[in-house]
Amino acid sequence: MSLNTPDTQVCLWTLQHPEPASLATYMANGGYEALKKILAERTPAETIIAEVKTSALRGRGGAGFPTGLKWSFMPRSFPGDKYVVCNTDEGEPGTFKDRDILRFNPHQLIEGMIIAGYTLGAVAGYNYIHGEIFAEYESWEGALEEARAAGFLGKNILGSGWNFELHAHHGYGAYICGEETALLESIEGKKGQPRFKPPFPASYGLYGKPTTINNTETLASIPWIMRHGGQAFLELGKPNNGGSKIFSISGHVNKPGNYEIPLGTPFADLLEMAGGVRTGHQLKAVIPGGSSAPVLPAEVMMACTLDFDSIAKAGSMLGSGAVIVMDDSVCMVKALERLAYFYFEESCGQCTPCREGTGWMYRIVRRIEHGKGRPEDLDELLRIGKNIGGNTICALGEAAVGPVVSFVKHFRKEFEYHIEHQKCMVGN
Amino acid sequence: MLSAHSLALIDKEVIKYPAEQKQSAVMSALRIAQIERGWLSKECIEYVATYLEMPAIAVYEVATFYNMYELAPVGRNKVTLCTNLPCQLQGADAIAAHMQAKLGIGFGETTADGRYTLKEGECMGACGHGPLCLHNNHKMHDHLTAESVDKLLDDMK
Amino acid sequence: MPYIEIDGKQIEVAPGATVMDAAHQAGIVIPHFCYHKKLSIAANCRMCLVEVEKAPKPLPACATPVTDGMKVQTHSPKAVAAQAGVMEFLLINHPLDCPICDQGGECQLQDVAVGYGGSTSRYSEAKRVVKDKELGPLISTDMTRCIHCSRCIRFGQEIAGLMELGMSGRGEHVEVMPFLETQVSHELSGNVIELCPVGALTSKPFRYKARSWELSRRKSVSPHDGLGANVQVHVKGDRVLRVVPQDNEAINECWIADRDRFSYEALSAEQRLTQPMLKKDGQWQAASWQDALEQVAARLGEIRAKRGAAEIGALASPHQTVEELYLFTKLMRGIGTENIDHRLAQADAAVGAGARWLGMAVADIDKLDRILLVGSSIRHEQPLIAQRLRQAVKRGAQLDVLHAVGDDLLCKVNARLIAKPGAWLNNLAQIARAMQDAGADLGVVAAEIANVSVSDAARSIGASLMSGERKAVLLGALAQNHPAASALHVLAQAIATASGASFGFLSPAANSVGAQLVGALPGPNGVGARGMLSAPKAAYFLLGVEPSLDAYSSAEAAAAMRDADFVVALSAFKTAALDTADVLLPIAPFTETAGSFVNMEGRLQRFHAAVKPLGEARPAWKVLRVLGNLLSLGGFDYDSVEAVRADALGGEATGDFASALDNAAPEASLGALNIADGLERLGETPIYQLDPLTRYSRTLQATPDAAEPVAWLGSELLTRLGLAEGDQIRLRQDAQAAVMTVRRDDRLAVDAVRVAAAHPLTAVLGARLGPISVEKV
Ligand SMILES: Cc1cc2nc3c(=O)[nH]c(=O)nc-3n(C[C@H](O)[C@H](O)[C@H](O)COP(=O)(O)O)c2cc1C
Ligand code: SF4
Ligand code: FES
Repeated sequence: MSLNTPDTQVCLWTLQHPEPASLATYMANGGYEALKKILAERTPAETIIAEVKTSALRGRGGAGFPTGLKWSFMPRSFPGDKYVVCNTDEGEPGTFKDRDILRFNPHQLIEGMIIAGYTLGAVAGYNYIHGEIFAEYESWEGALEEARAAGFLGKNILGSGWNFELHAHHGYGAYICGEETALLESIEGKKGQPRFKPPFPASYGLYGKPTTINNTETLASIPWIMRHGGQAFLELGKPNNGGSKIFSISGHVNKPGNYEIPLGTPFADLLEMAGGVRTGHQLKAVIPGGSSAPVLPAEVMMACTLDFDSIAKAGSMLGSGAVIVMDDSVCMVKALERLAYFYFEESCGQCTPCREGTGWMYRIVRRIEHGKGRPEDLDELLRIGKNIGGNTICALGEAAVGPVVSFVKHFRKEFEYHIEHQKCMVGN
Repeated sequence: MLSAHSLALIDKEVIKYPAEQKQSAVMSALRIAQIERGWLSKECIEYVATYLEMPAIAVYEVATFYNMYELAPVGRNKVTLCTNLPCQLQGADAIAAHMQAKLGIGFGETTADGRYTLKEGECMGACGHGPLCLHNNHKMHDHLTAESVDKLLDDMK
Repeated sequence: MPYIEIDGKQIEVAPGATVMDAAHQAGIVIPHFCYHKKLSIAANCRMCLVEVEKAPKPLPACATPVTDGMKVQTHSPKAVAAQAGVMEFLLINHPLDCPICDQGGECQLQDVAVGYGGSTSRYSEAKRVVKDKELGPLISTDMTRCIHCSRCIRFGQEIAGLMELGMSGRGEHVEVMPFLETQVSHELSGNVIELCPVGALTSKPFRYKARSWELSRRKSVSPHDGLGANVQVHVKGDRVLRVVPQDNEAINECWIADRDRFSYEALSAEQRLTQPMLKKDGQWQAASWQDALEQVAARLGEIRAKRGAAEIGALASPHQTVEELYLFTKLMRGIGTENIDHRLAQADAAVGAGARWLGMAVADIDKLDRILLVGSSIRHEQPLIAQRLRQAVKRGAQLDVLHAVGDDLLCKVNARLIAKPGAWLNNLAQIARAMQDAGADLGVVAAEIANVSVSDAARSIGASLMSGERKAVLLGALAQNHPAASALHVLAQAIATASGASFGFLSPAANSVGAQLVGALPGPNGVGARGMLSAPKAAYFLLGVEPSLDAYSSAEAAAAMRDADFVVALSAFKTAALDTADVLLPIAPFTETAGSFVNMEGRLQRFHAAVKPLGEARPAWKVLRVLGNLLSLGGFDYDSVEAVRADALGGEATGDFASALDNAAPEASLGALNIADGLERLGETPIYQLDPLTRYSRTLQATPDAAEPVAWLGSELLTRLGLAEGDQIRLRQDAQAAVMTVRRDDRLAVDAVRVAAAHPLTAVLGARLGPISVEKV
């Protein structure tokens, strides 16, 4: 099996074709077959959910929650509208896979959302698209038009008597809208402030109606699973970690980009595919799952395989599969300063620990970076982090703490050097 | 306040949502209004509020929550450079310095002739292609180098 | 019922209860800021974090539903550590200058912070400073103190029904603010002062007047609308420095209207009358009580002797106490006149068999499924009843409205009939007819309505009333003031009966019901207020009224006062409206006397004086007592207000008047149901012109709701008359004319001209709901 080729690609296989995004390309290669079959056979929702469970598909948005299980939470006999929502608010630093799905295989996402809508009994679906990728928002709207024209959306889809609509909702610059309930608030035309849970979206979601939210890659994987079977998907990866996954690798590698490879692939293989660490440098550290995932030192990372369980065991998370590679030129204080600023800047501001704590942490890290650190600062950072983590409405609080704690934990010497000498250890 | 074209675009957004959920179109309405008028004035926000039957303060909340809305006039060309960690690792700092030196302004500033505004952006979801920037919110330019930045800026009217 | 163990106490809670509810039930206090029993759950302050067995992290008590068998620790080391962590975050950017903060001493943040010790902050970065906001004359801001609990915002969205405040920005930069330079204007906006747990939103008139611990607190009752909101009067020395709500779930819950809160400023207004005054050669002169009272007794005696007691008219304000109105009535009947009334604004003098009232408990309004509101500008007449109606609508009730204008009630309205006042009877008949078509028995009016043709809106209202369980038909002040009030009463009651709704009156004044109970009404041979003023009397005895503002026809009232031989006014204020009087006797407003009011649901509420009377002012009941004795009337030897009350209400005055309350319809026929041509005035009492206290409160008069009246016309009428917004027009009613500015309001009924009554600037005009003509000047 060769990696990052149609052998292992679930979502980005269209790249092998001259016009990857076109409806023709998609349909010439089995696209919409799964939907047609489901509608023709009126496949029961339970059957589809069972297939998704078999596949061991876990959410690609960051938390890795089993998708089949999530779908089974939707109330069956709810007497009103229900919704499916796709999360393409890809804003987690390091993550850029969902954009490529919109660019190169929009119809597979559309088909996946329609199947989800059918399975979950939804009347409509919304795809929330990150504000900064306007071109993709427009092109996906175009793909929706094509799907409508082909009879895959709207009233009486493919003569089945079933109605379903899909729309794109464009964000406008707020990382927090990636959090699923903030995203719902945002679709409702409000500030993107996360809701307290419970109630969970499955019982109180968009407009207060039962709603299922999945990541773009998760939903785009559904047609593949329905076409090839859950078992085939599972076998792509490893038990409890079904399928391939797109890894977005950025930072100090020679060939940054997206690589869609089986879960369980050794990190070393991915690094090699990406052309290895920048020529002339040594690997120093890796953030394996987007900026919220704790950083891992090179040697720890080199021993990991790329799947939810292995990375968790190493003390971090696979998250969205965004791998940020840092070589020996990186000052960890400076890197942390930028991440701490990000969470401070992106906090929605509603709950006290995150609103007040992210700014406090950032200011301390900034002081250290700018030569004004104090010996007690590192313990203070950990203490503040402890008061934020777990005490907030949503997981952004924890996400903000993750980098701070892990950078200080693994690279404490570098921080201490900074405080003591008011300058960088790196390059000296 | 807004052109018939803009209103038609807003109407197209409104119908995406259930009839009693007009407010869902507010983000798009503000985006469309900003494209037409350059920035969101008080009157513009009030207009959108009336159009979508929302309290003005609720529209203002939205306009101030999301980064890409402008609540004060900006240059004809707003250039937002991502400086987040992946882009930083790939050289965004040097690009930032280059842009600032070339235009003689810092982040958050506008050139005296009103031609350029520079902004610092957060992750744009295209990190593998960094360093990168957005031109007037909607056009992304990636793999920036000093040379490509020069050309890009010079081409902006 | 779920079962919970909280701090070792085992209790059962209602299904759906939160851990916070359980704690309340168990008498356990969990610190909190964003949680408020009347508001939705935000769970944003995180102060109420508690330890829940099996939960990996502390959970917010306010938002966590109790699950059966849950074990919660609210003060365990883990819970306290989480709470202390939140407290530290709340304080890092909060000014620690309680000694100069207006909230000092009554600040929830201060109270809770003290409990967590740790006085030195570890925060050594720069503190945030937030620009203050200009919210108008009522509320002062100190936004750096804001802890972003969002209570004020949720209040606007959920209770006031109008989002006047929001939170702009995000992260550390969030700021509570109105929309740019807009000031808040909602009639309940002052409630955010109590809701704000810190000193970010405070009372502007009270600012820096006193520290909370210097104040003594006296329970009292708001003297404005017929709700009788419970208040606390806060006093320092002999001065009332502020009025705040006193919780009473059955009446005002925890809210009060802005006029309940800020009218106290009139107590020290320059218009306060602080000594008796006599008119000599057209000039006011200060007099002693003795001289003034003797003069009154002598002149009244003289007029009675020369012209007969029937030449004396007696008008009292329904904002006066039970005791005052009782003695007033007793005095007047003692003199021999039956021309007694408190219903100055009413055009129809019919007197019912009992006291007209709400017909139900105030607290049951929230539970209604169907409401038909007839002739009520409810937000201004009854700000807190309007709030209860909003809660009912939010719960799913259908609210239907008959009015001359489609004002925004800040909640969903099922159907509206918008017609000029002269068409209301016809419109109400349409509703009745629609119900009749649907099979309802309209009883006594069945025949009279048979020929009315029914509009779609009337049909929709009829259908609405024919469905649902708990229903009410309510008549507002405008319906009560209406020239055809009796017919409206008959018809509305028939509709209520036919639909199984309760039927009631929204009492306009704090003591409208009490005034009826003590009989401050014309006797069989007397005339009511309208009659006394349209056919003027030789003398008038006034208690707490300003006739030209309070009367149905200002012009008639002003003329009557001007032309009378003798006018004596017992008043707390010396105002232009009383300039034509001959004697002014200074009486004590509600804060300076003991007394009682009976509210619209028939509840007797007593109160004591909070301060002693200003200057020479005296409680009116004492003044009336002396007058009774001076006139040798006998039976005026009361030694306490309680003794007066016992006489006034009979026996023990238990507070239960159910048997004396009666909305039975007068025996009147509906009369003509056709609609006459011509323009009609819609003359309402502005919210801050209800009574002298509201009229002379500087702060209330500075609000947008107290803006100078203008004439409102609909577009169609403007076009028909060739007028444009901003034009000056002349309004005529009979011989009277006023020049005013025109404004446009397309929610007005055809041929309706909205011109406020009860206002000095419109006091030259006549009938509140009468014909009017308009011409351009
Ligand atoms: C601060 C924050 C940001 C998030 N951003 C994203 C995002 O950009 N895309 C995404 O799919 N999920 C994101 N998530 C996770 C979502 O809340 C949610 O778990 C996910 O969309 C569920 O889809 P999945 O089960 O298919 O992974 C974010 C969560 C948090 C707390
Ligand atoms: S943790 Fe941060 S982002 Fe999440 S709700 Fe709280 S303030 Fe908002
Ligand atoms: S009171 Fe519970 S979070 Fe504020």
